[in-house]
Amino acid sequence: MLLDQIIIQTVNGIVTGMILALVASGLTLIFGIMDVVNFAHGELFMLGAYVGVITIVATGSFWIALLVATLVIALLGAVIQITTLRPLLGRDPLTTILATFGLSLVLQNYALWQFGPVARKIPEPFTGHFQLFYLDYPWYRLAIALLSAAIIGALWLFLKFGTYGIWIRATTQDRVMASAMGIPVPWVHTAVFAIGAGMAAASGVLFGPLVGVNHAMGLDWVLKAFIVVVVGGMGNLGGSIAASIFISLLEAYASLWVSPAQAVIVSFVALILTLLFRPTGLFVPTPK
Amino acid sequence: MSRHSPVAFWTGFAVVLALLIVAPLVLPEFWRRFVTEILIWGLLAMSSDILIGYTGMVSFGHSAFFGLGMYGAAAALLTVKPPNLWLAIVYGLVAAAGVAVFVAYFSTRLRDIYFSITTLIFSQIFYVMIFTWTEVTGGENGLSFRRPALAIPGLFSIPFDSNSLHWFVLAVVAVSYLVLRRITRSPFGMVLQSIRENEPRTRAVGYAVERYKIVAVMLSGLFAGLAGVLYAVHNRFAAPDYVFFLISGEVVIFNVMGGIGTLVGPLLGAAFFLLLREGFSRFFTEFYLIPVGIIFTAMVIFMPQGLLGFLRRRLNE
Repeated sequence: MLLDQIIIQTVNGIVTGMILALVASGLTLIFGIMDVVNFAHGELFMLGAYVGVITIVATGSFWIALLVATLVIALLGAVIQITTLRPLLGRDPLTTILATFGLSLVLQNYALWQFGPVARKIPEPFTGHFQLFYLDYPWYRLAIALLSAAIIGALWLFLKFGTYGIWIRATTQDRVMASAMGIPVPWVHTAVFAIGAGMAAASGVLFGPLVGVNHAMGLDWVLKAFIVVVVGGMGNLGGSIAASIFISLLEAYASLWVSPAQAVIVSFVALILTLLFRPTGLFVPTPK
Repeated sequence: MSRHSPVAFWTGFAVVLALLIVAPLVLPEFWRRFVTEILIWGLLAMSSDILIGYTGMVSFGHSAFFGLGMYGAAAALLTVKPPNLWLAIVYGLVAAAGVAVFVAYFSTRLRDIYFSITTLIFSQIFYVMIFTWTEVTGGENGLSFRRPALAIPGLFSIPFDSNSLHWFVLAVVAVSYLVLRRITRSPFGMVLQSIRENEPRTRAVGYAVERYKIVAVMLSGLFAGLAGVLYAVHNRFAAPDYVFFLISGEVVIFNVMGGIGTLVGPLLGAAFFLLLREGFSRFFTEFYLIPVGIIFTAMVIFMPQGLLGFLRRRLNE
C-alpha cells in the first residue's frame, strides 16, 4: 500500500508543483528583470482568485473567468508598478520589499473588507475522475498541471522569440544599453510586472477549485514561492520551475508521515540546506 | 555622528523620561496601557534598528525573537512556583538567544534581500513549530498565566499594578536604550556601520565581517526577546500570533516610519503606528491596515528618512 501512496503523492506533488511554478516564475521574472522582490505577489494570486469567483458568478464560465482574472490583475499590476515601484527605480532593492509589503497589507485587508472572512468556492470546470489505485483522482488536477505547463511554456517561447520578449531579456542584461538602443525600459518594467501579476492571478483561479478562496490564501503561497525562488536561484526561470516541483514533492512525501501543517517544515529545511551548501541555488550551474 | 552636545542629549532624555514617569499618574487607564505598549513595541523596534539601521540588514524575522521571549517567559511563569519575574526574564532571554544563535549562524551568510527572506522563513519555522506543538505551547490558543510580583528575594515583594508595571517597563526600556546607544557608538557599533556602508572594504581592512554580523543579530535578538518578556508580563499571555511574520513586518514598518539608524526614530515610529492604528480602527474597525498600509507605502516612496529625518530636515531649513 505504501507504494500506492507514494505514487499518489508524487502525482499530487507534481500538480501542486506546477501551480507553484506558475506563481514562482512570475515572482522570479519580476525579480530578475526589475530587482523587485514582490511581497504582494501572494495578494495578486488571491485577488485573481476572487476576480475569478466574481466572473464565474456573472458568466458561469470557468474559462472566461480565467481570462478575465488574468487580464484584470495584469492591469492592476501595471497600475501598481507605475504608481508604487516606478518611483523606486534605482533605489535599494530593499525599499521595494517594504513598498510591496505595505501594498500586500492593503490588498489583503481590502479583500477581507470586500469579500468577508467566509471562503468562496470556484466550481471545477469539469468533474470527471479516473481510477488511481484506491482513489478517484479528478482529471481537473491533471488539467491544472498541464495548463500551468502550457502557460509557462508560452512565457518561455515569448521570451525566447517574441520581439517584446527580446526587449525584456535585453533589459535584464543591461538596462542602460537597452535604453540606449531605443527600448522603452520603464514600460518594459511595467509590462513585466503586469505579466507576473497576470500569471499569479491565473494560478489563483486554477488553484481555486482545490481549496476555498479566502483573503489569507496568498500568504502561504508567497512564502512558498520565496522558498522556491531562493532554492532555484533568484531570477532563474528554469531553476524556479525545477525547485517548485522539487519542494512540492518533498512536502507531498513528508505529509505521508506528518500533518500537512508540519510538512511545511521540510521545505524550510530544504531552504536552509540550500543556503548552507549552495547559496546561489540548487538548480543553477555552479558559478565560475 | 550627532551634532548635539551631550548636555542637550541628557537634558532631552531627562525631560522625556520625566514625562513618561508622570504619564500614568495623569492619563486615564486606557491611555496608560497604551503608553506602556508603545514602550514595549518601541524596544522591539529599537532592537531591530541595530540590524536595519546600523548594519544595513533588513530583518523580517524579529517576530521569532519576540515570540520566543514571550514563550520563554511563559515557560518560567508556568513551571516555577511561585512565578518569578527575574526567572521569566532569564528564560525569555535564553529562549530568544537560542533562536538568535540559530538564525544568526545561517542567515548572516547571505546579504540584502536574501537575508530578509531567510529571516522571514526562519520566523515561519518557529511559528509552525509553536502552532502545531499543541501539548507544550497551547497551539493556536497560546498560553496564559498570572503576572509575577515585582520582588527581590529577602527584600520586598509587591504585586504589579498598572502604574508600577509602567514604571518597570519604562526602566527596562530606558536602560536598554542607553545600552543600545552606547553599543552603536562603541568601536563595535562603528564596525557595524562600516559594514552597512561598504562591506567588501570593511572585510579588506581586516574585520571578520561574518562574526560581527552574527554578534549583531544576537544582540538584536536578545533585546527583541526582552521586549517579548515585557509584553508577556504586561498582557499575561503568549500566543502564536506574535511569532507570525506580520509582527516582523510591523517592526520594519516602525523603523521605516520613524527613521532607521536613529534608535529614537523606531520608538517614535512605533508610537506613530500605534496611534494611527488606534485612530483608524475607530473608523475602519479591523480594516485599519488599509489606510495604514497606504500611508506606509507612501512614506517608503516619499519619506525614505522616516518621520525623524523628515522633521530634522524641516527644522534645519
